[in-house]
Amino acid sequence: MDTVQLLRQLCEAVGLSGHETEVRTIVRGAFEPFCEEVREDALGNLIGLQRGDAGRAPGRIMLAAHMDEIGLIVTEIDQGFLRFGTVGGFDARTLPGREVVVHGRRPLRGVVASRPPHVLPPDAANRPLSLDDMYIDVGLPREVVQEIVRPGDLVSVRGPFTELKNEYACGKAMDDRVGVAVVALCLEMLARMRHSWDVFAVATVQEELGLRGAFTSTWHVMPDAGIAIDVGFGRQPGVAEKDAIDLDKGPGLAWGPNIHPVLFQRLKKTAADNEIPVQIEIAPRGTGTDANAIQITRAGVPAALLSVPLRNMHTPVETVCMRDIRRTARLLAVFIAGLDEAFLDALRSGDWSEQPA
Amino acid sequence: MLLEKLSNAFGPSGCEREVRSILQDALRDHVETMETDALGNLIGRVPGTEFPDTRIMLAAHMDEVGFMVGHVEDSGLLRFVKVGAIDDRVLPGKRVLVGKDRIPGVIAVKPVHLTTPEERNRLLKAEDLVIDIGATNKSEAENAAPKGAYAVFATTFEAEDGLLRGKALDDRIGCAVLAELVRRGPYPCTIIPVFTTMEEIGGRGARVAAARTEPHAAFVFEGTVCDEAPRKRDVSPTTRLGAGPALTVADRSVVADRRLLRLVLDTAERHGIPVQLKQPGIGGTDAGPIHLAGIGVPSLPVSVPCRYIHGPVSIATESDFGAVAELMQRVLEAFRPDVLDPAPGA
Repeated sequence: MDTVQLLRQLCEAVGLSGHETEVRTIVRGAFEPFCEEVREDALGNLIGLQRGDAGRAPGRIMLAAHMDEIGLIVTEIDQGFLRFGTVGGFDARTLPGREVVVHGRRPLRGVVASRPPHVLPPDAANRPLSLDDMYIDVGLPREVVQEIVRPGDLVSVRGPFTELKNEYACGKAMDDRVGVAVVALCLEMLARMRHSWDVFAVATVQEELGLRGAFTSTWHVMPDAGIAIDVGFGRQPGVAEKDAIDLDKGPGLAWGPNIHPVLFQRLKKTAADNEIPVQIEIAPRGTGTDANAIQITRAGVPAALLSVPLRNMHTPVETVCMRDIRRTARLLAVFIAGLDEAFLDALRSGDWSEQPA
Repeated sequence: MLLEKLSNAFGPSGCEREVRSILQDALRDHVETMETDALGNLIGRVPGTEFPDTRIMLAAHMDEVGFMVGHVEDSGLLRFVKVGAIDDRVLPGKRVLVGKDRIPGVIAVKPVHLTTPEERNRLLKAEDLVIDIGATNKSEAENAAPKGAYAVFATTFEAEDGLLRGKALDDRIGCAVLAELVRRGPYPCTIIPVFTTMEEIGGRGARVAAARTEPHAAFVFEGTVCDEAPRKRDVSPTTRLGAGPALTVADRSVVADRRLLRLVLDTAERHGIPVQLKQPGIGGTDAGPIHLAGIGVPSLPVSVPCRYIHGPVSIATESDFGAVAELMQRVLEAFRPDVLDPAPGA
């Protein structure tokens, strides 16, 4: 699998929360070669099944990575300019000057307008703009805009996938298309390995709106354990030590109430045994990822979280290191290959360790 | 004394093992089955003597608010985050116990002599503070208290003059009440005692325990807000110390089932047990997620008033504690399936 090429396709596809059709097609293409079954559920989650080698699988493991991305939505056409709201969490300060695509009757390229400094009153530059002050300009006359765009039309971020030095790459929607790429790569690795557990690879929808796809897909799959693959806060200026993980040092492995200690310890041991670097990430409450939904669905599911380190989260220049994607996929593949009947017992009558080390 | 052991036990949200272990030992011989689920909830079952198919869930949460080590500095000092809601203003200068070895530490404070008036007016938040365990370098600290290690306030329980003083009375006092009720069973209906995890970070344990056990009704035992300190405005306190079991009519998480409330009030009156109604609209409990599980579970929180919850030292009374246990014993003895016959909200 050409991981860079897959990631490029995934990131450049449009798939705002609740409208994941375009990206789902690409994900299906990536999962299908390695799954006996691929289906969609009622919300649009894509669920691929790679069966275990045994006649009857001792357990079911679910991998979840969300395929939706944040974006904007047209709320009003104001003299040919577009007022907008958000789909998912945005720092409004990153919006002025952004390039976007408005998905009207046809896609229109636009810009989140900002007034040039020459015409700003003296201290206006000292105050961040609120969403209400902003608008999108597609450059067309108002009558033309009204023909093509309606309130409710979605607006996606333009952020071309760009390779940087050292196998780093940046683009939009790396959160969480890198997770989807990890899952696809893991499925490819597993297809060449023996494993007894059934593997449910889920590309979830609407994570950015509240983990919605994860709730329904977990209910559907009823796994014995679930691991979410999302992104973590890459070290950069302004990110506190307690929150930061380094790029190119392997995935974050989360620890805290949302994480089952037996799953955590087994992932940690697998990493150590296979010389895959991991970094402990603390999570003192429910994580803001699909792992949260997985843990509290139905009668509860042991959950874990791996995070691909990423800088500039929720901007068009999200930055990752490709080596971390391969490391994460390999960790998951080796972990899954090691699952057996005994692990199910360990999960159920587990050793509730109190700290990561 | 079980409450003493429970209060002194180390059990922040996500790390309830020690508390669970104490309760397992205390109740093993009083329940038919006892299981630990995927979130660490301890779920028991005491079959009913007359109506074994009617299941009453009795819940109390094992977890307390606490801390987690976020980063070990080169100096050996520990940066930390809060687990659950704690007012930053109770932190400076407090003692804590850190990690699986329960290592003593302090939340360090700059001497007042070196502060400026402006500084003393500025709030010290958890991210501005450090825990000092006496380590002098990073590796010494990491061996004792690595990133991810939990910590709790270091308060030793004391009972004297009818007063109970200790940490985590929210909700170890609820756990003690529940343990006592289990010991006094069996009862006509089946009771499902559930010692939940992770209540302080959003009722996570209760949610899945209710989904698993599908009870017909639920009582939730809490150590609840008691804030009678003098205040400028004439506003009723949430509850009063010594005024008996506090019954919730409605809080931020649940509107209590009126049929259950009526049963408890009638039982209290019949047995001469003074009770109080908790001031509505304050706080939330496991009843929040429990009552919304599945097709819905009629629920009622019943609480022991505790001053200063979510801080290092809480105060409650033996009489309130005893009264909650006695009242609920009578309620469970009187509970028949037809309690739930009238329409809800009646």
